[in-house]
Amino acid sequence: MTSILFFEQLLNGIQFGTMLFLMSAGLTLIFGVMGLINLAHGSFYMIGAFSAALIASLTGSYWLALLASLSGAAIAGVLIEIIIIRRLYRRDHLDQVLATFALILLLSEGVRWCFGAFPLYLDIPENLNGTLPILDDIIYSKYRLFIIFMGLLIAAGLYILITKTRLGVRIRAGQNDRQMISALGIDISKLYTIVFALGASLAGLAGAMIGAIQSVEVGMGEPILILAFVVIVIGGIGSIKGALFGSILVGVTDTIGRIFLPEFLKVFMEPASATSVGSSIGSMLIYILMALILIIKPSGLFGKT
Amino acid sequence: MIIEKIFNKWILFFLLTIPVFGFVFEEIYYITLTTKVVILGIAGIGLNLALGYCGLISFGHAAFFGLGGYVTGILSFHALNSELMFSWPFVSSGSSDMLVIWPIVILSSAFLALIIGLLSLRTKGVYFIMITLAFAQMLYFFAISWPNYGGEDGLSIYMRNSLPIINTMDPLTFYFICLCWLFVVIFISAKLINSSFGMAFQAIKQNEERVKSVGIETFKVKLLVFVISGTITGLAGSLYTDLNRFISPSVLNWQMSGEIMVFVILGGIARLYGPLVGAAFFIVLEQTLGGYTENWQFWLGLILILEILYVRTGILSLFEKKIKI
Repeated sequence: MTSILFFEQLLNGIQFGTMLFLMSAGLTLIFGVMGLINLAHGSFYMIGAFSAALIASLTGSYWLALLASLSGAAIAGVLIEIIIIRRLYRRDHLDQVLATFALILLLSEGVRWCFGAFPLYLDIPENLNGTLPILDDIIYSKYRLFIIFMGLLIAAGLYILITKTRLGVRIRAGQNDRQMISALGIDISKLYTIVFALGASLAGLAGAMIGAIQSVEVGMGEPILILAFVVIVIGGIGSIKGALFGSILVGVTDTIGRIFLPEFLKVFMEPASATSVGSSIGSMLIYILMALILIIKPSGLFGKT
Repeated sequence: MIIEKIFNKWILFFLLTIPVFGFVFEEIYYITLTTKVVILGIAGIGLNLALGYCGLISFGHAAFFGLGGYVTGILSFHALNSELMFSWPFVSSGSSDMLVIWPIVILSSAFLALIIGLLSLRTKGVYFIMITLAFAQMLYFFAISWPNYGGEDGLSIYMRNSLPIINTMDPLTFYFICLCWLFVVIFISAKLINSSFGMAFQAIKQNEERVKSVGIETFKVKLLVFVISGTITGLAGSLYTDLNRFISPSVLNWQMSGEIMVFVILGGIARLYGPLVGAAFFIVLEQTLGGYTENWQFWLGLILILEILYVRTGILSLFEKKIKI
């Protein structure tokens, strides 16, 4: 019984992790290439979910909605990069934190203006509804498996993009030496816009996929944004490999910790206090993990020292 | 600079007159608002020491604000319900006396700042921003999931904590208590900034390597600044709980850290009165725009972005430039 529960929760953790990866990959790329801390990344998650909900209610198609989330967030990303973000690359971290904090207020209220304060709903498509038997007696939600699959697909796609394509060469060059690649005649501001839009669209896609499990509402991006920050700090800021590793680690730790820590503590304590202590420590677990990793390795697991 | 000083005098003038007007015309609301400005100003002045003068970008000062608030709330919750708080190492059932609460708040915030500082100051740059954020989030989630003190719903205390002789329930009296703390905090900050220790931590903001090379142990200096900064913000949290007679996890949220940062930046970074002006501006904006539109935060965001992109040095600097022209 417990092993089935454990396996199920492990899959939940991996699913959560792959979602976090979509968020943190963009975040870490944007930091690595442009040196920008983007608190407003969660807003693209929200914009993606809202574009998807809008298109789904107009056309009824989930796949068109996913496409809309990618393009909606990308368009918003390009516009915001050109109007505001591009002026922040040369500023210090404090200005970046505050300007993007302000951007969150702006975008959240903007979306509330357009769509109202009530949450919207996105339906899971027919053929992904229901469950799938995996092993003998373990069944698991098809939709969550689909999310894991999409996450891994995008991780592979990003890997190919970064290592095998011309754009990837430029991105890596940008991470290493910004001055040098602009000196080599590459249009750096165009590259920045592309990277920013790429990050935004990945966040948007994540928002749309999670929006179908939870609800689509203003402020949905911020909790996951903070988690994505934890992920990239654990993995090492600027490293996509670190983001993937960190995402799975955070996703699994958080899910398993919340479920099993209270159970585990019951061995030592009386059940009532084990539940309350376990659930409070369970919800702090990833932050404790992050603090521990930073104390041992101040620049993250895969970060440059 | 001269105009800024005149402006600072005006601030003090407003701080003294607005609540009295509120009292005379029986508009308690204005007293409450000004009290809020003063308390949030204290929180900002605390952060300004670390962020403005020493360059330590802490994105987790809500941790101290919330801790001060919760310590106050929990102590008086036990005192008012005459419930035992703990029985080891000594028996305690809380307290609702501010003279007892304040030292405990100061000690516990300083202790928390010491722990967080010891761990976070090992990192630099973005990592420091993120690890301070992580510590604040840790406390936030702890407060949400710990059921004994209200969890997500927060904790109400029925009576404001008391002082001997003085009636703290009177809004104007409580306002003057907060104002006294504001003056104490401004006085301490001014003394610190002009001391040799102050020279050291301001130099660290400019160039830490050079400060190290003249033989100053920069880690200790930064740690001490961080502890003082966190303690002041913690004290503000205590007063905030007393003002609202309510504490909830929302004061530990990362948005709170962001807001305290906004007070510092709006008013003008590394200026003694900056956070106070920033807090006043924030509250006035909230009240006036909030009256016209539900989406007042949209306009706050817009003003902030314009500030950061074009003004860059805060409201107080606007008064400084005029004299240069």
